[in-house]
Amino acid sequence: MALNTSHAPAIAAPGAASSVTGAQVATALREAGIAALLTLGLSIPILAFKTEQNQSNALYLQPRWGVVAVVCGLIFLVRFAVCLRAMRRAAAPARLKAPASPFVQKLFGIAVPLFLGVALTYPLLASLATGGLAGARYWIDLGILILTYVMLGWGLNIVVGLAGLLDLGYVAFYAVGAYSYALLSTTFGWSFWLCLPLAGILAAFWGIILGFPVLRLRGDYLAIVTLAFGEIIRLVLINWVELTNGGAGISSIPRVTFFGVPFDSSENGFASLFGISYSPMHRMVFLYYLILVLALVTNVVTIRLRRLPVGRAWEALREDEIACRSLGINTRNTKLTAFAIGAMFGGFAGSFFAVRQGFVSPESFNFLESAIILSIVVLGGMGSQVGVAVAAIIMVGAPELLRNLGFLKQVFGADFDPNEYRLLIFGLAMVAMMVWRPRGLVGHREPSMVLTERKAISGSLVKEGHG
Amino acid sequence: MEVFVQQLINGLTLGSIYGLIAIGYTMVFGIIGMINFAHGDVFMLSAFIALMLFLFVTAWLGIGSIAIALIIVMIGAMLLTSLWGWTLERMAYRPLRGSFRLAPLISAIGVSIFLSNFVQVSQGARNKPIPPMVRDVIVLFERDGYAVALSYKQIIIMLTTAVLLAIFWYVVQKTPLGRAQRACEQDRRMAALVGIDVDRTISLTFVMGASLAAVAGTMYLLYYGVVSFADGFVPGVKAFTAAVLGGIGSLPGAVLGGLIIGLVETLWSAYFSIEYKDVAAFSLLAIVLIFMPSGILGRPEVEKV
Amino acid sequence: MRWQEDPILEVQHLKMRFGGLVAVNDLSFSVGRGDITALIGPNGAGKTTVFNCITGFYRPSEGMLSLRHADGTTYLLERLPGHAISWKAKVARTFQNIRLFTGMTVLENLLVARHNPLMIASGFTLLGLFGLPSFREAERQAVEQAKFWLEKINLIDRADDPAGDLPYGAQRRLEIARAMCTDPILLCLDEPAAGLNPRESHELNELLLSIRRDHGTSILLIEHDMSVVMGISDHVVVLDYGTKIADGTPEEVRNDPSVIAAYLGVEDEELDKVEAEVGL
Repeated sequence: MALNTSHAPAIAAPGAASSVTGAQVATALREAGIAALLTLGLSIPILAFKTEQNQSNALYLQPRWGVVAVVCGLIFLVRFAVCLRAMRRAAAPARLKAPASPFVQKLFGIAVPLFLGVALTYPLLASLATGGLAGARYWIDLGILILTYVMLGWGLNIVVGLAGLLDLGYVAFYAVGAYSYALLSTTFGWSFWLCLPLAGILAAFWGIILGFPVLRLRGDYLAIVTLAFGEIIRLVLINWVELTNGGAGISSIPRVTFFGVPFDSSENGFASLFGISYSPMHRMVFLYYLILVLALVTNVVTIRLRRLPVGRAWEALREDEIACRSLGINTRNTKLTAFAIGAMFGGFAGSFFAVRQGFVSPESFNFLESAIILSIVVLGGMGSQVGVAVAAIIMVGAPELLRNLGFLKQVFGADFDPNEYRLLIFGLAMVAMMVWRPRGLVGHREPSMVLTERKAISGSLVKEGHG
Repeated sequence: MEVFVQQLINGLTLGSIYGLIAIGYTMVFGIIGMINFAHGDVFMLSAFIALMLFLFVTAWLGIGSIAIALIIVMIGAMLLTSLWGWTLERMAYRPLRGSFRLAPLISAIGVSIFLSNFVQVSQGARNKPIPPMVRDVIVLFERDGYAVALSYKQIIIMLTTAVLLAIFWYVVQKTPLGRAQRACEQDRRMAALVGIDVDRTISLTFVMGASLAAVAGTMYLLYYGVVSFADGFVPGVKAFTAAVLGGIGSLPGAVLGGLIIGLVETLWSAYFSIEYKDVAAFSLLAIVLIFMPSGILGRPEVEKV
Repeated sequence: MRWQEDPILEVQHLKMRFGGLVAVNDLSFSVGRGDITALIGPNGAGKTTVFNCITGFYRPSEGMLSLRHADGTTYLLERLPGHAISWKAKVARTFQNIRLFTGMTVLENLLVARHNPLMIASGFTLLGLFGLPSFREAERQAVEQAKFWLEKINLIDRADDPAGDLPYGAQRRLEIARAMCTDPILLCLDEPAAGLNPRESHELNELLLSIRRDHGTSILLIEHDMSVVMGISDHVVVLDYGTKIADGTPEEVRNDPSVIAAYLGVEDEELDKVEAEVGL
């Protein structure tokens, strides 16, 4: 993250197309110096000292100017590099930016089958790469996690991307789905396959109940009310101990079965039924394909809905609500369907979460989850299914890389845990991503119906809704 | 009756803090129409800064007088938090001005996540307690063994709030800066055309919001004597509720809303259930937005066709 | 006079108050079936407010708006929910500041106007999800209707372009076509000729006349462009300060001294002088 560079000199000396002059380097150095000084100011006292407790539990300040020096130095270098890059760019001849070159479109054409192919063979690829099913455990688990977020992103995309309704409390429906399965299966012993549709229906029902009063609100107000509802549901889950067991959560939720056949080493288990040797990984692989199917169902249904009148009405609503009303569209009901269908997919994903974890607690459904899902949708490019999938891989997969940066321990000392910085970097990335691509990775819209020739619609024309 | 009066005092104290935070929301929303989602975390950060300054002033400089220490801490926290407010606006919001409408909100959520985790990583996840600064109380009256007390720190909080509000009210109403702010609220492009430096005005609005949040942070620290990295979110949402309740964009509205939220919270905790006090605050937010989105002192919005 | 014998819309004692401001006061007029009726008046006379009352965007403070279909069914527009005015009462409208779905294609814009019939054909989405033949047929018909209108407004070649890319005049025509795709019996146009050049404005006249002729749709329009008003309308209603000051054929209104005064902005006592000057 660097300061806005708009005030950096935009015109370079003629003839210096790709190199920068000494004066420019001086400017860049000055900018970098200012940034470093600013960082120094911001570091006082929050970074320059650490509050520690002594034996009598009183706080005292532990100076750590070394850290401040490192951070200031880093900022200096980053700012310097960004400045020089901006100057070089300004000096280079302006290139016209083609809206969507044929190459990019072609890339898009192969991207979808490629993704699908990788997704379908992922467990196989993972075990080949790691030398066995057991070794692929981590990778398949990561695949399940990513696909869960892909599904949640696609579900929320209906509400935010298509209908243009900003929902900051989507995690509430995820929670409703998870608790529906957890409660129904532990109380009545109902199977996952019975609970899954019920969880979806219950989540949709809650979507309608919560949506009904709030959908006449506009813009950021809607976002805040949905946030409030999300928090209310979480707080109720924490405090309604008789039903939900409070903050301790619900454990020993029945595990997923292969359509009734349990994944265990018993006589009637999955392994002996198919005559293969038992491995706990069978359940993992099954879970992987289960979430893949659920996500693909979400995707197919969304693609179909876009071509139906209701989907077109959602997009029209995002473009201009008043015009919609003048064309006889019942805007309230249309918004409610978007809310309910989005919630339903959240509910499906929630019951999958519960069956996968075997344990649910309110802390899994905090605001941060909503923020992650929303940022997946926004980074993906509002309304774009492929974009959302890519964004989910980036947002969920990339932080996982931090776990593998163990070598940093050698640099920063043994108690350095890169994982601690996961959310810190996540927050920074959200800001950087908005500054870099406010419209997301896929900035154009595909028309839902074509008369003669399919043309992508530039993102600058597509409105983002006011709800 | 005694319980009620006591809760009234507690509620007004808490409400003063919420009101101070709410002003930051209301001013920023008024001028650029954006919910500065990170404002609650700026408040939390300022409470940490105040905590560290307090330790610095008492332990290192050895200033014994609580009054002087408090003033130094508050002014120091205001300055340092303002720098944060300025930087955040500059880096996370200004590049997005005039862009896609959702972008600043997402960016603000990112800043919020960054700030709370920054404090967690740099200062640790544990609660940070300090010894109580001001202990004396005035017993107003006593009946049936229940004493209704007004503590010195409550007086300090309410007085400080009142004084700072008066100063800021003056700045917004009577100074060229305030005039520029109000002009930008009405029409930013027109304001730029008549020679107002819009960027500078917006920056200063963030600075003002952040410095009031720092006052709130110092008062919070004084009141509770403990702060943790997670203390930004809930007070932030409550202060936002206050801003909406009072009518977003209205300075007196923000304070009025803050006092109401403070009272609702303490009275709810006293008479109903303390576990559901945050549910009450969130529900109030939803109810206010649904039934009176323009708030108590706000201007109603007419749908333009 | 058709608007007296067979009115399609009767506005009676319409009053619209915004806080202390009375935008429309005790306004009564009728729109004749099959007529092109122009609602004119100086800026701020309350014309768009009347439109917003008729099309359900504002709830009138007082008064009655009754719309009679040819089969005798009568709708009280002030009591219908906003979306039912288009769907049940069959009143369509356009907007002073064009309101197209700019990020959707021209074709999609027209298909959105067929929302309600297509919703029913898709079994409220459930049947449509499985692509039933009856839905496909309904969809095909909607596309045919869209094509018909695109041919008519000369935009068939741009059917797959985003509506926001069209030039201004084409956007105006598209908005009218979109309104016509809802099969209205009364079409309300808010300044359809605003911003058009003389040629486009002439084409607009032709389009409106053909809408009336070929589809039997009555038209109510707000307009400042007198070539449109005088050229095609059968009936002119003049508003000033929220009240009606004249009502009649274009000729009658053209010669009405109070209309001249309202447009020139003179006081009543000066009227005689003005009339003398303009040669009445």
